[in-house]
Amino acid sequence: MLIPKNNANLMRTKILIKLVESYLHDKFDNADRIPLDLRPKEGASSRCCVYKDRAVLKYRCMAGLGHCPEEETDELISLREYGKQALERTHAAKNKLSVIDIACSACIKSQYVITDVCRGCFAQPCRLNCPKEAISIINGRAHIDPEKCVNCGKCYEVCPYHSVVKIPVPCEEACPVGAITKDEKGKEHIDTEKCISCGKCLASCPFGAIVERSQIIDVLREIKETDHRVVAMLAPAILGQFPGSVNNLVGALKQVGFSDVIEVAVGADITTQKEAAEFVERMEQGQNFMTTSCCPAYFRAAQVHMPEVAPHVSSTKTPMYYTAELVKKEDPGCIAVFVGPCLAKRAEAEYDPNVDYVLTFEELGAILVASGINVDECPEEPFSKVSHAQGRQFPVTGGVAGAVASLVGDKVEIRPEKIDGLTKESIKLLKRYAAKGSENNMLEVMCCEGGCVSGPGCIALSKKAARAVDAYAQTGEQLTPDTKIG
Amino acid sequence: MEKIKVKICVGTSCFVMGAAQIQTLEFNAPADIADKIEILEERCMNLCKELHTKYNRGPFVRVNEELIEEATYEKVVAKIREVLQKQSCK
Ligand code: SF4
Ligand code: SF4
Ligand code: FES
Repeated sequence: MLIPKNNANLMRTKILIKLVESYLHDKFDNADRIPLDLRPKEGASSRCCVYKDRAVLKYRCMAGLGHCPEEETDELISLREYGKQALERTHAAKNKLSVIDIACSACIKSQYVITDVCRGCFAQPCRLNCPKEAISIINGRAHIDPEKCVNCGKCYEVCPYHSVVKIPVPCEEACPVGAITKDEKGKEHIDTEKCISCGKCLASCPFGAIVERSQIIDVLREIKETDHRVVAMLAPAILGQFPGSVNNLVGALKQVGFSDVIEVAVGADITTQKEAAEFVERMEQGQNFMTTSCCPAYFRAAQVHMPEVAPHVSSTKTPMYYTAELVKKEDPGCIAVFVGPCLAKRAEAEYDPNVDYVLTFEELGAILVASGINVDECPEEPFSKVSHAQGRQFPVTGGVAGAVASLVGDKVEIRPEKIDGLTKESIKLLKRYAAKGSENNMLEVMCCEGGCVSGPGCIALSKKAARAVDAYAQTGEQLTPDTKIG
Repeated sequence: MEKIKVKICVGTSCFVMGAAQIQTLEFNAPADIADKIEILEERCMNLCKELHTKYNRGPFVRVNEELIEEATYEKVVAKIREVLQKQSCK
């Protein structure tokens, strides 16, 4: 695909902006207008009619308000009501991805179809190789009985004319761990036990049918309606996500009402130091390899889907962990909000008592737009703690391994390798390394291809963001094993 | 021939609403237009601030001087092709 974000994804941004606006304007009194505004009667519809579009939009709004569409008990509950309920929450609702069943178009069940190219040949290798006898010849052409087909793809492999096409189901194709599958009606469901919250399915669905609970309203409520100090912890992938400098952005966040803004790159510096020390220790013990641990989607994938790899995962905590620890040590009563590119961080935050909420860059963007703040025009303000080059380079593939390598010194030899993107294939590769050993001893694993700059919560193109990250890292001072952080 | 100027508004509002995705043109423009365009960034065209239009009509892109509202990658590419066609008719 040419553009990384499809129209369904861009619609999510608009929904979030509308929700924030509705909150700021009248605390959701008129929230039920949002689906109508986004799909006016005169406009074109993207499904069968505007009414269905609006019904889907209502569910997407629910998710924006932090509710899970699957938990709907009464269809008549209005968005206004859901909005009010959102304001009564005092803790983030449990992270969950879910499928809006009326929006899921139940993409094709049998993924293989025989096209007109079929010559109805004499040999009929498709029919002969089908293990389920699903193929029959009708009017001189092969047909697949979708009831019998098990999507094994044998016919696809053997047809000498390439007349069999494979029609993928985008979300299933994108999911690296097989957590999303069809029910008997053909609709997709996510198995929460298997799901690693990476968000790949959500980004891939062309119908916008997959949603995730947002915490955007919870954060705004903390800022506007409580006297808590709300601290934003900006993930290092923030570079390039907004126009203007990163210091303009600090100014913008203060205008939104955050009381302090701190870079998670500071925590990444700590991760670098500890991970380098751990690496040396493990290698001295004679271990074959170690992998990074900062990507929570990969971390969970290792625990749940690759138990043989799990012992190799570094036990060093993530940059978010160390940053939140610093923040809470200085100001125990504050509310700490991680702002990043990542959906899996929401799951990680549930296990981290120091992190109260997680926002994506997209959600932060929605808050800025709805508040009429242009980052460029905000006064430049400094971060209260300064990060180093190493921590700043974390969000680009190769960055974490590079940072760790720079601190290992010459006690042991470090041979880094990037596993750039968690896919069905790279999971197989990791399992093979665990079973048979790996040539390289420091494996950096990032679930998102390209690193966190390609995370599902990003606004900017990953290429441009990666450049901005590099440029920022260049301006940072070099970290040493004993630099005192915080 | 002079290149067609594609000015993408990268003020916060437009950028968040989808201008960032239109920047794909910098890396991956369709072959027929790739070398005929010049991509420029503009920091807030001030169109998002007018009350009656506000951000709702963004993101904004100008192709030469023609304004595209609610711009998408497809819309911009179509407009560029249209301008090219007009130029070649002259
Ligand atoms: S693991 Fe990722 S792609 Fe699979 S269901 Fe969960 S969020 Fe979606
Ligand atoms: S690569 Fe980064 S953004 Fe993507 S899942 Fe991992 S930590 Fe999150
Ligand atoms: S941000 Fe584009 S017109 Fe203001």
